[in-house]
Amino acid sequence: MSLRLIVAEDAVLLREGLIGLFERVGHKVVAAVGDAEALEKAVRADRPDLIVTDVRMPPALGDDGLRSAVRLREEFPGLPVLVLSQYVERSYALRLLDSGGGAGVGYLLKERVSAVTDFMAAIERVATGGTVVDPEVITQLVRLHQDPLERLSPREREVLALIAEGQTNAGLAKSLFLSEAAVNKHIGNIFNKLDLPVDTDGHRRVLAVLAFLRS
Amino acid sequence: MRPTTAWQALAQRPLSFLTSSWPWRSLAYLSGGVVVGAAAALFFALGLAAGIALLVVLIGVAPLAGLVLASTVVGRVERRRLRLVDLDPLSDPHRAPDSPGPRAWVTARLKEQVTWRELTFTLLSAASLWWLDLLVLGFSFGLPALTFASTDGSTWPWTVFGAIVLLASPYTVTSWAGARGALARTFLVPRGKELGEELQEVRASQSRLLDSFDAERARIERDLHDGAQQRLVSLGMTLGMLRLEVPPNSPVTRLLSEAEDQLSTAHKELRALIRGLNPPVLADHGLVAAIEDYAGRFPIPVQVDLRLPERLSRQLETTMYYLINEALTNIARHSGATCAQVYGRYHSDQLLLNILDNGRGGADPGKGTGMTGLADRVAALDGRIQVLSPVGGPTLLQVEVPCRFA
Repeated sequence: MSLRLIVAEDAVLLREGLIGLFERVGHKVVAAVGDAEALEKAVRADRPDLIVTDVRMPPALGDDGLRSAVRLREEFPGLPVLVLSQYVERSYALRLLDSGGGAGVGYLLKERVSAVTDFMAAIERVATGGTVVDPEVITQLVRLHQDPLERLSPREREVLALIAEGQTNAGLAKSLFLSEAAVNKHIGNIFNKLDLPVDTDGHRRVLAVLAFLRS
Repeated sequence: MRPTTAWQALAQRPLSFLTSSWPWRSLAYLSGGVVVGAAAALFFALGLAAGIALLVVLIGVAPLAGLVLASTVVGRVERRRLRLVDLDPLSDPHRAPDSPGPRAWVTARLKEQVTWRELTFTLLSAASLWWLDLLVLGFSFGLPALTFASTDGSTWPWTVFGAIVLLASPYTVTSWAGARGALARTFLVPRGKELGEELQEVRASQSRLLDSFDAERARIERDLHDGAQQRLVSLGMTLGMLRLEVPPNSPVTRLLSEAEDQLSTAHKELRALIRGLNPPVLADHGLVAAIEDYAGRFPIPVQVDLRLPERLSRQLETTMYYLINEALTNIARHSGATCAQVYGRYHSDQLLLNILDNGRGGADPGKGTGMTGLADRVAALDGRIQVLSPVGGPTLLQVEVPCRFA
């Protein structure tokens, strides 16, 4: 798959690095900008398949990048956005997930970029309407929900965390060295124990788990 | 010890005092007292008469209020004059009115307790003190002058008496001047809350210090974020590119994995460091979000129940964040608690914060340097911290800080 991307990152070094990475795997960077205003302008001028943006950017050096991302998703429903952050801030991730029903969004730590293969898989998952959440954020969410999660076995908790990150069944099976059938069984058990709707799949399943973790 | 008041000068060196400037200063003080007192008496008699006469038609309130305000002028003059017999510094107890204009000034003055003390002192001066000044001066100089003037063969004992009185006059005059000065001081110095200006000055400088700490912290955090952190991410990208270039079963991949692991550790450490310095979520979303985020990372479950009507001031926010942060860190380190609770509410200009844990108790707030530093921070904001920690637990840390929303 070849995607048309817009990259927003104020540090030139990283911006160039990202462009290099994307072009190396065959995506096309149609615009690369260094602040939130320019990002909005670029998206309005030429709607891309996916935006990759930093959180902290000029003009205010607060969470301008994230705000722009949320605004753009309101303006262009379904516009896929991957936010790269230097920090694991749950509130940032959750605000992003709240925009546009959580489809086609990703929130990852910047350092995940170095695992190129996984990073590119995440890019594709977000571009096709999936949801990707950084494992660190999920760790925090899981920690906040000690009580209901005590009903799960340690293995089931692992599976749940991976689902929340946005992993597919195939991805789950690969990371846990299980067969897909075993993965399916775990998922069924988890959803039963937590009273989650079982008939969900794809990113709706991710959102159901996230919604549970946030409740 | 140089004497700072007429009385001290008199008591410390009764003899050399005679050749010092103190007797002359006392003399000037009393002479001035007569002039000021007489003028005040005249002015007040007229003003009072006018006020009472006109009170029937209500305009009289103006002269009466005028008298009250005039006494602040007398107060100022008396404070200036006091320097003749009392070198200790004396600050102006009046506050600056909140807004410019005569109206604001009048309301401010009429509301101040010190204005009424000045009025009392002025009335006292007008009614009796200046008479006493005159009496002392008359006795010390008038009486000897009279005895010398009317001296003849039969009244020489009186002349001797006059001479003695005149020789003693520096002591007489200075004694009364010292007493009058002490009386003036008790009426005219700032008390309690009127000292507020100075205390506020101290507090303001403390809070400036806090501000500069916070600014410095933010600067270091920014530098790390824009510098080291970006470079590490960039290094990660280069490693990622390298991995793409290297065939999957090459011996280099093992080294690459090692490098990636080390890099990941460096990232984690740097993130923790930055979070400790200046959590970005605090600046962006305020205290509640920052504490919830912090609690989410905490090794033991922390129940957060913080409700604030809006964002706190930056300074209060930062202080409260570090306070909760430090308190929870202490709980994790020393208390053996299995869960903690952070509860915060705002009402009637107070922010109340309770941090509770089910640990073993017996916490000594004096022991942790971190907590002492925080107590200082809270004190600089006019708040206080109390710790209730019986042996066997539970421990409650309670913080109260004044806080106003504009």
